[in-house]
Amino acid sequence: MNLELSDEQQAFAAEARAWLAANVPSAPLPSMDTEAGFAAHREWEAKLAEGRWSAVAWPEEFGGRSAGLVEWVLFEEEYYRSGAPTRVAQNGISLLAPILFEHGTDDQRNRYLSAMTDGSLIWAQAWSEPGAGSDLASIRSTARRDDERGGWLLSGQKTWSSRAVWADRGFGLFRSDPAAQRHRGLTYFLFPMDAPGLTVRPIAQLDGSTGFAELFFEDVFVPDSDVLGAPGDGWRVAMSTAGNERGLSLRAPGRFCAAADRLIDLWNTHQQEDPFAQDAVVDAWIKAEAYRLYTWGTVSTLQDGGDIGAEGSVNKVFWSELDIALHETALDLLGPAAELRGTPGMADGRWMDDYLFSISGPIYAGTNEIQRNIIAERLLGLPRGGDGRRVS
Amino acid sequence: MKFALSEEQQSLAEALDEIIESAGGTKVARTWAEGNTAPGAALWSQLAELGLFGLSVAEDDGGMGGTAVDLAVAFERLGYHAVPGPYIESAALLPELVDSAVRSGILDGTVVATAAVPGLVPYALDAAAASRCFVVGPDSLAQASAGPGTASVDRTRTLSELTAVGQETALDPAAVEQAIDRATLACSAMLLGAGERLLEEAVSYAKIREQFGRAIGEYQALKHQLADVRIALTFARPLIYGAALDLGSPDGARSISAAKVASGDAAALAARVALQVHGAIGYTEEHDLGLWITRVRALLGAWGTPRHHRSRIAAVLLTPAR
Repeated sequence: MNLELSDEQQAFAAEARAWLAANVPSAPLPSMDTEAGFAAHREWEAKLAEGRWSAVAWPEEFGGRSAGLVEWVLFEEEYYRSGAPTRVAQNGISLLAPILFEHGTDDQRNRYLSAMTDGSLIWAQAWSEPGAGSDLASIRSTARRDDERGGWLLSGQKTWSSRAVWADRGFGLFRSDPAAQRHRGLTYFLFPMDAPGLTVRPIAQLDGSTGFAELFFEDVFVPDSDVLGAPGDGWRVAMSTAGNERGLSLRAPGRFCAAADRLIDLWNTHQQEDPFAQDAVVDAWIKAEAYRLYTWGTVSTLQDGGDIGAEGSVNKVFWSELDIALHETALDLLGPAAELRGTPGMADGRWMDDYLFSISGPIYAGTNEIQRNIIAERLLGLPRGGDGRRVS
Repeated sequence: MKFALSEEQQSLAEALDEIIESAGGTKVARTWAEGNTAPGAALWSQLAELGLFGLSVAEDDGGMGGTAVDLAVAFERLGYHAVPGPYIESAALLPELVDSAVRSGILDGTVVATAAVPGLVPYALDAAAASRCFVVGPDSLAQASAGPGTASVDRTRTLSELTAVGQETALDPAAVEQAIDRATLACSAMLLGAGERLLEEAVSYAKIREQFGRAIGEYQALKHQLADVRIALTFARPLIYGAALDLGSPDGARSISAAKVASGDAAALAARVALQVHGAIGYTEEHDLGLWITRVRALLGAWGTPRHHRSRIAAVLLTPAR
């Protein structure tokens, strides 16, 4: 057992650090959930692509560096440490791309992957529906066959679609076999956000931004070439994204290590005599450290040919709760000034913004209640049922 | 970069499990608590034969030349089986501090040694079962005699104050600090093992115990508590391995302290949830669950309280409060 990095790995991290130091915007970009902020974040994606840092683990032909898993984690650590902008391309790069690599056609990979890395195609996800949240398999939006044009007609409503207001394309699940129940008869579609028949209605969030939207589909045509995986096989195809979102790819350890470092800086200017306040700062550091080390364990498992599986649920509950605890500690240290937002010169306004984002963590990517069910049933082997859930 | 146990380390864990289980498993702890230390002493000899006491001692000094990770692997199993006796003292704290004659006795199992570390570990464990007692000072070691034993909440533990007798041997303060950190690491691994066993017992029980016509493990109220234990233990484990790798390095102190805090928190949660899942049967003397519940409570305050370890991390990471 060791945590030693090879010379090549250290050189890779140093190269990333140097590039980020030279290129990360000195002032924070406006929120990506505003029109101007979205455009600025898109430009940042293009900048990343120029340096070939958008998706380091991808093959060169799609804009990557064919970097290994260790290098990818190192890059993420450097990325967060540098204070670089949030990735507006995240839905595509972290959620859709792994599925394209696994289930996509060559044509789909060629059309979409490179365009994901340079910000020219930003993707929105379209999972939830008004009646299908945690119970995602109860999807009712439909896909009807259009043999004449060689494709499908999408109808229905999707909601909580992140990045949808300004995104270029979307991906999601639709019921292609109305007779099939639950997880069967679903198909995974890719569609343009400006398709005829598709209406996007922004939803204002509690923080005032419009990070997500409702989507209304009225016979939106999607050609066969934009079906991902086989028709009717959408659930199985989609679940590989759910695993990615919960596990490694969305929440690299760098994010929490960087936040814990900022919390320590905050403590050093806002110390309190209260030993419990100090303990809370220490606990945030301990948990960020636990997350960092756990990730190296996961990397080792994957390198040995293992998979994350239901462990992704353990990971998701831990990071989402750590994120909230860390930000609550920061707000406690700031005291009455914590509620101030966006005041010029008030660098601390970011803690409140990030706190508001953190409290959505236990909801998105599968609620923590669903994750705890998965942990209990798939990792601990406890029996299903007993709580009204339908078994399929 | 490979942050995973080797096959040898997994085999070590299996070997320990086999020896302890064939010695009677938790029966060893029960007879020890009743005052019959013979089965515990027999197990001690068998584990000495396996090389437990020389696990992290250099081969030149008669040890196995293993790493602190090996030690953590072994102590997790000791915690899992609630093995009684001053193992932390003999296998983790003292081997690097005592003279070579005592060390070879510890390594071959003929010397059972215990110790107190004034200011951190005020009471020595199981002095009556030990052949040698030591007081470990910041830069010294002294042989000691033990006062009368006092019962612990953990009925396998008897604690005594020590009085130094004879001459002090001067020691390198850095060596003492590292030995105490190694003992703290062993204690953390024991907590992790106890926590894993508590979870396992609770999950097994939740699958068979029925109420309202269903296994209680079907109910989300219990599922979610057990899931939280799984999460806490899963994230304490890498801190223990990370601390083992950092032992003796400049980051050693904070890593060891993080491991102790996290394993203590996780094991304490496991104890509470395991008891809750079992209900009244878990609260009986007859049931084994109490062995780990009381062991965890005892170890939480041993080898540095949570406050001690959080303060030690703060001293490294944070500017002191004004």
